[in-house]
Amino acid sequence: MSEILLQIDGKEVRAREGMTILEAAQGAGISIPTLCHHEKLEPYGACRICTVEVEVRGGTRLVVSCIYPVEKNLIVRTRSEKVDRIRKMILELLLAHAPDSFVLHDLAEEYGADKNRFEKEASFCIHCGLCVRYCAEVKKKNAVGFVDRGTRREINFIPEIASKECNICKECFPLCPTSYLQATFVLTEALAFPSSSSEIL
Amino acid sequence: MDNNRIDQIIDKHQGEASSLIQVLLEIQSENNWLPKEALERVAEKLQVPFTRIQHIATFYKAFSLVPKGRHQIHVCMGTACHVRGAPRVLDTVQGLTGIKPGETDLDLKFSLETVNCLGCCALGPVMKVDEKTHGKMAPAETANVLKNYE
Amino acid sequence: MARLNSPEELEKFRQELLSKRDPNTPCISVCAGAGCVASGANEVIAAFKAEIEKQGLQADVDTKGTGCPGFCERGPVVVIYPEEICYLQVKPEDVTEIVSQTIKEKKVVDRLVYADTTTGEKATHESDIPFYKNQERNLLGSNIKIDPKSIDDYLAIGGYSALAKVLSRMSGEEVLGEVKKSNLRGRGGGGFPTGRKWEESRNAPDEIKYVIVNADEGDPGAFMDRALLEGNPHSILEGLIIGGYAVGAHEGFIYVRQEYPLAVENVTIAIKQAEAYGLLGKNILGSGFDFTVKVHQGAGAFVCGESSALMTALEGKAGEPRPKYIHTAVKGVWDHPSVLNNVETWANVPLIINKGADWFTQFGTERSKGTKIFSLVGKINNTGLVEVPMGITLKDIIYKIGGGIPGGKRFKAVQTGGPSGGCIPEKLSDLEVGYDELTKAGSMMGSGGMIVLDEDTCMVDVARYFLDFLTDESCGKCVPCREGIRQMLKILTNITKGKGETGDIELLEELAEVAKEAALCALGKSAPNPILSTLKYFRDEYEAHIKEKRCPALSCKELIAYHIDPEKCKACMICLRKCPASAITGGKNKIHIIDQEKCTKCGTCLEACPPRFGAVHKISGEPVPAPIPEDARTIIRKSR
Repeated sequence: MSEILLQIDGKEVRAREGMTILEAAQGAGISIPTLCHHEKLEPYGACRICTVEVEVRGGTRLVVSCIYPVEKNLIVRTRSEKVDRIRKMILELLLAHAPDSFVLHDLAEEYGADKNRFEKEASFCIHCGLCVRYCAEVKKKNAVGFVDRGTRREINFIPEIASKECNICKECFPLCPTSYLQATFVLTEALAFPSSSSEIL
Repeated sequence: MDNNRIDQIIDKHQGEASSLIQVLLEIQSENNWLPKEALERVAEKLQVPFTRIQHIATFYKAFSLVPKGRHQIHVCMGTACHVRGAPRVLDTVQGLTGIKPGETDLDLKFSLETVNCLGCCALGPVMKVDEKTHGKMAPAETANVLKNYE
Repeated sequence: MARLNSPEELEKFRQELLSKRDPNTPCISVCAGAGCVASGANEVIAAFKAEIEKQGLQADVDTKGTGCPGFCERGPVVVIYPEEICYLQVKPEDVTEIVSQTIKEKKVVDRLVYADTTTGEKATHESDIPFYKNQERNLLGSNIKIDPKSIDDYLAIGGYSALAKVLSRMSGEEVLGEVKKSNLRGRGGGGFPTGRKWEESRNAPDEIKYVIVNADEGDPGAFMDRALLEGNPHSILEGLIIGGYAVGAHEGFIYVRQEYPLAVENVTIAIKQAEAYGLLGKNILGSGFDFTVKVHQGAGAFVCGESSALMTALEGKAGEPRPKYIHTAVKGVWDHPSVLNNVETWANVPLIINKGADWFTQFGTERSKGTKIFSLVGKINNTGLVEVPMGITLKDIIYKIGGGIPGGKRFKAVQTGGPSGGCIPEKLSDLEVGYDELTKAGSMMGSGGMIVLDEDTCMVDVARYFLDFLTDESCGKCVPCREGIRQMLKILTNITKGKGETGDIELLEELAEVAKEAALCALGKSAPNPILSTLKYFRDEYEAHIKEKRCPALSCKELIAYHIDPEKCKACMICLRKCPASAITGGKNKIHIIDQEKCTKCGTCLEACPPRFGAVHKISGEPVPAPIPEDARTIIRKSR
């Protein structure tokens, strides 16, 4: 694997071919906020909060650092007025759904995001997809998945699979930034798990 | 819908996972909706996780997870139709049938859906009932069209 | 029917076909496109066939359902060959007269020919009708001449000669060179140079490559691809096979929107016919080139028109777009190089090969070559498909071809580019249509939807409409799009309902920036365009809604009231009887009053009031005058 030299926030960073900007930055001790990223999972590119500015072919572009591959002589800026504006807005949009999330709260402080900017909308899921992807890619059980699209998109446990697999696993629970996952599981368990009353009889 | 018929449809598409959407479209078209048992059968035969089928069946508008009425009413809400008064046509149809888009009436006679462009834009507003497309619909005419359906 | 095993056999077969067809045989061509079918074309075709049989003329007269020639406003369209007499809005009842007068006695049925809506001037021949005369119908012109379900019809007009030329006399490199030289740009919306896209795939090191036809045509208001795919499916197939040859792909996909069942049917038939003739499959025309095509139906998702989402759908998954830092031309379906082009782009390929890139470049402007098919719809007299050379002005399209705005209303703006596009106001109607010109004006070419708006259209509502559309169609994966559109729609809806607040416009602009800069795909990135372009040219309308609670176009239901002017009302009772909400009180000789509590703002009274009275009008931004006292409502009719 050949070595690639690039510049992040004015600092020269060594990376390997095939790395993403995020991986290169983390390796150099430069922090970029993420919500949907996890080192055990394929990059997802959904939260967009890891957006950074890059200079490429004479122009400036905004890209998500968790997916954009490193290039020779790439110049990256992880903070700028525009980047900060975007991160602040993303947080404000998500805080309308999950105003009490610790993860969002900490980031909101750093970027000056106002959790009351938008009217609250009941639905604590921020669609980071960590639960769905972890269950699919790491545990390979596919007990929880997405349904529908757009603003109606939600996560949904498959009762037949979840009733067998989840109680002995629950590895996805700590991943959820808003605890919505745990709530959904409990609800599914109470309302939709196949009844075991036949065993009692 | 029995498993044999489902298996036939799957085999027609060489049992390929990439034909998943095509398989579901055929089942939807023949059966008018996608029962859970049918989805489970497809998941089993095509060896795909049920979450993927669940996502597809809810992501795409063509699929219905609940039984539909005998007659499908589609009111086009594309731009050209909108500009020529489609919302008023929809309001009238809602009033006549008593249902909103996405719903089916209690007799299972009509199911109502909006659709985002049928491609007959020059004839807006457009309403399709089953296979027949009606162009230049005025709200007052919808009653005449719908009364012909049992 | 034996396979055609070489270009020579193809030519021989074509000559045999032509020798059996007498160009002087009368032919009744009835448009059988989805639009005319909705207007009753199938009944007209059946009536012709029945009448011809009744008169015993089957041996002498052909009747066929053809592809869409684009004049949808006046459908069903019938053209009688060889004279090219064009009849419009033909009903089954007219058939007997047409057969006896035109077919048998060669006389024109005057009442069925085109008459200009304003001047009344008539035109008998298709080529004289202003709607057609001012177009350059390189692609659409063939539609009325062929039965889309007949490969022989396509062969008779020269079909598959480009493929034969390519397979026998050109290398993949040469084909690529010709397409590059033509400067053909993608007709689906992006306007990306087609030759460059093909070259990227050609150069990508991979054994397996794909070429794909994007027939999703999700932009509401656009139906050019439907007309091409339904009306001349073989032309698309021919272009696709040539593309596969140039790029090194042996498999093609045609992704058709599920809402176009006729297009799915016709292209499926066309594929079977081409396979039977040896124009698809192994060793095409003996050249050694293999190529197969599969049809994939969409399932009702606008986002699947986006190239990476379409490819995800082809893989049998939910159509969520992927980041395109690496072009799909290099890593596409199953990570193989995939060339995806729009239907109209593919349709241009056989023409470019047959007539040459130099022929193609004589049409259009410096940076936008060739012709473009636009769907001219909305508030326009001649709605339908128009094919024009790039560089024509919007004014010419709207007035010379479109026949102007119906009802004498004022032209306000043209919306182009679908939900990703914007509005071009009347003051810019000298704009010469082209990719860069439209983008510079704040809109975009898009797939070619051209929706004409008049003085009665509220521009804030137009922006709201598109955001509402996108809310339904967003895949929901990324925050800027899913959440950004949600908030933008809320604000716009509030504005149209009179609940707009100071600061709304600024918030819209902030949300627009985040979506444009940070969304995952083009749907999200271009979602703010309708808002930004209407703000650019019609900011005053936004401000009126917010500050004065007034809708200048008198359109937003919550901000208007219907009122009957007591000075003009003649108590004719027409509106009273027609009101679906029974909101009008009055009687014979008693001036009618609308009960504002009951009124549903449906507009029936406004349409019903006889134009010579014109007593119903809409009010916005000011209080409705109180009803005049009971005793003042009696009309005293002066006796003669």
